[in-house]
Amino acid sequence: MENKNTQSRRSFLKSSALTGGGLMLSFTWLTSFKSADKMATLNLPEQWAELNGYIKITPDNVIKIFCPNPEFGQNVMTSLPMIVAEELDADWKNVVVEMGPHDNVKLGPQFTGGSNSVKMYWKPLRNAGASARQMLIEAAAQTWSVPATEITTKGGVLSHSSGKTAKYGEMASKAATITVPKDVKLKAVKDFSIVSKSQKNSEGLKVVTGKPLFGMDYRVDGMLIAMIQHPPAFGMKLKSFDASQALKMPGIKDIYSFKLYEEGYEQAAFDTRTFNEMIAIVGNTTWEVMNARKKINAQWEPITETKEKVNGFGGRKIENIVPAGLESTNAQLAKMQEMAKQPAKQLRKDGDPETAFKNAAVVIERTYNAPFLAHNCMEPMNFFAHVEADKALVAGPTQSASWLEPSLTKVLNLPADKIEIQMTRMGGGFGRRAYSQFAYEAARISQKMKAPVKLIYTREDDMTYGIYRPMYTATYRAALDVNKNLIGFHVKGGGIPENPVHANRFPAGAVDNYLAEGWEIASNVTIGAFRAPRSNFNAAAEQSFLDEVAEAMGKDPIQLRLDLLKRAKENPVGKNNEYDAARYVGVLELLKEKSGWGKPENAGKKRGVAAYFCHNSYAGHVVDLVMRDGQPYVEAVTSAIDCGVVVNPDAAINMVQGAVVDGIGNSFYGALTHKDGVAEQNNFHNYRMIRHNEAPKKIDVHFVQNEIDPTGLGEPPFPPVFGAVANALFKATGKRFYNQPFKMETEKKV
Amino acid sequence: MAKYNLKINGKIRKVDIDPSTPMLWVLRDHLDMPGTKYGCGMAQCGACTVHLDGTAVRSCSLPVSAIGKGAITTIEGLSENGTHPVQKAWIEHDVAQCGYCQSGQIMSAAALLKDNPKPTDADIDNAMSGNICRCGTYLRIKEAIKTASKN
Ligand code: FES
Ligand code: FES
Repeated sequence: MENKNTQSRRSFLKSSALTGGGLMLSFTWLTSFKSADKMATLNLPEQWAELNGYIKITPDNVIKIFCPNPEFGQNVMTSLPMIVAEELDADWKNVVVEMGPHDNVKLGPQFTGGSNSVKMYWKPLRNAGASARQMLIEAAAQTWSVPATEITTKGGVLSHSSGKTAKYGEMASKAATITVPKDVKLKAVKDFSIVSKSQKNSEGLKVVTGKPLFGMDYRVDGMLIAMIQHPPAFGMKLKSFDASQALKMPGIKDIYSFKLYEEGYEQAAFDTRTFNEMIAIVGNTTWEVMNARKKINAQWEPITETKEKVNGFGGRKIENIVPAGLESTNAQLAKMQEMAKQPAKQLRKDGDPETAFKNAAVVIERTYNAPFLAHNCMEPMNFFAHVEADKALVAGPTQSASWLEPSLTKVLNLPADKIEIQMTRMGGGFGRRAYSQFAYEAARISQKMKAPVKLIYTREDDMTYGIYRPMYTATYRAALDVNKNLIGFHVKGGGIPENPVHANRFPAGAVDNYLAEGWEIASNVTIGAFRAPRSNFNAAAEQSFLDEVAEAMGKDPIQLRLDLLKRAKENPVGKNNEYDAARYVGVLELLKEKSGWGKPENAGKKRGVAAYFCHNSYAGHVVDLVMRDGQPYVEAVTSAIDCGVVVNPDAAINMVQGAVVDGIGNSFYGALTHKDGVAEQNNFHNYRMIRHNEAPKKIDVHFVQNEIDPTGLGEPPFPPVFGAVANALFKATGKRFYNQPFKMETEKKV
Repeated sequence: MAKYNLKINGKIRKVDIDPSTPMLWVLRDHLDMPGTKYGCGMAQCGACTVHLDGTAVRSCSLPVSAIGKGAITTIEGLSENGTHPVQKAWIEHDVAQCGYCQSGQIMSAAALLKDNPKPTDADIDNAMSGNICRCGTYLRIKEAIKTASKN
């Protein structure tokens, strides 16, 4: 069936002629969204809803599509332009993709995160492509004096039954004079010929030939290299330093201390301040700067408790207490255990959980723990800045250019229109590059040096100056009656410094008596979003717990989930359940079928299953584990995903496989621990990452086929990996694993 | 400071430089060849892999003074336009996610195939386990190496 789409209230599209001929169609990305929906998920200020992108068609038939969001491996520089090209009926081979510039006023959020890009741009991009197509048809109709309805398009060519044909480029200049249509017809999903067909990465060739795509590769003439020396421990600050030796080293321009933010600076939500005063080392080349840095003699001292003013989203004023003290992992764990016994904030309550637990025949109670995790993007944090008296250019890998800009105006005391931000490809992000203190540091250093500067973090800087995944714990309790029915469910979760609980997610809505509680412990260790924030812990804990509950009930673990979801679908408990039970079931059914779950031929396998909903998509995995030399390895994985229409299937499979590998790696090995405030891991020799020989041999990825508008894929497949691995470990070893990283545990236990 | 005539991608490049400077930074900072990446600086991640006389080495831990007459090949020199069988296989399998680790992965793979044109899975694991990919593209890398081994 054809969709009809009417352009909405604001002027969605504007056409103009290109100098030298051709059509340029600028469009407002987000207009066709229900504003409430989009604002709620994105937490964006209203004025950022006006996003312009554009399609350019030149007379020589080059179709250029600007990508609004930078690439960090999630394939947006391919998948977003594909959506435009589909409705435009372009020949994908003639489409040139380019990274869009940043313009806070006209171009909007350009935020990459929350698995939002495809979801957010789906409709606007389709509308834009379809409108341009209609204008080209109209231009041909006028030129050929035939009715527009008799003209068809295919692969960037307009045709009429009389035999007349024209390439888009030939009609582009004329199309620029046509009024932008109010209504456009969108294609039926079944008629797609670019979307839902696998298209190669638009920058694949550049990657394999080593082209300078990344922030690290940014370079201009006369550019200096800068590094920073931050305090060696969380909870410490700079006392004094002597750089006299270091300053004499070859190639060194300056070494001085500087403040990230001035006194009284009101931080925006992503302006996380880990350390405020640092030493800048600036010189000609990286190696010279690295060497000089070693000769600095710095004294550090403990911080006292401080208060930070933070401007949260929607104008919320928050005051954060940053406690003093040098934290250690064991003490943090002890504190969490203590806190877990105290009364906590109630996040959701259905029915009468207290009575349910009092009357229960069996109560199962388990506690799960997970450490801080470092993002460890393969490209360490870095940024380029060239700040002059009246203007600034900054460039580099950032997930959040438009959050960076308003803060930079304050940091540099320059108006927004004097600050140009260029977004480079990112060597990974995983949430880390949503926080931009490295860009402010670069800008500050350039301002002081009056020169273009590229700030580089070493791997050690990157790992020890973290915006880590928080440290989490959760205690789950299940109440079973004498007939082994689940009559009560209780989760109480906490963390340093945020609680992980998603109170309205499954199994909320499926159990009559339900209680969710949360608590928090303040810390001077800074944290932030990490691939599927909070979900990456919840899925591990809850999905392992459900496995144990199923065991106690004598049920197959998939069947237990299906039974609960049936309840949630037919007669949901409570309100605000975030998930769609039917889609959850769909993923589990597909997973069951494709993995051959419960089939006799798989009886000997050490298998674990988990499924989770987050970031609007549904994902489940069956993990097959083997023991080699007494150690567990994940051998094969079957994955089932529902993210609606799959825009670029092969890239989507890549993304899911990557999330599985990343999930196995983090669940087995990931941990950032502290001793007296010092990060105990600082490079890949002591922070273990999953490697080739530890990756599964096979990861089969299956998508639920439907025509639902697409949702994200960067995060959703990641969290359930942890749970599936834990459950498979139980099958392989007979022991339950409650504490991440699991591999450390197996090395003790197995 | 010392003067070196380095043979890189078939050309002689002159540098006057501190002898302890790792090849990685010679390439990136002094010769404007950013294809070779920095990931750890301590031979743990493989992002900086180049060939020294055909052998895969970690350029972050190889001082310029150790090169001597050795011939260096970087990702830029593997082929001009991505026509080396390993690069072609990488495109065919659309391996890259963020892509940052891939120069190093490709250089490790190319060196492996030169020595061992028909590697087994275990050979691939052995040769490639020094190259980390946070995006988790290991399966595709393995497939791409197998495809390249046919050409
Ligand atoms: S940068 Fe050389 S191995 Fe990591
Ligand atoms: S593709 Fe991103 S680190 Fe390998």
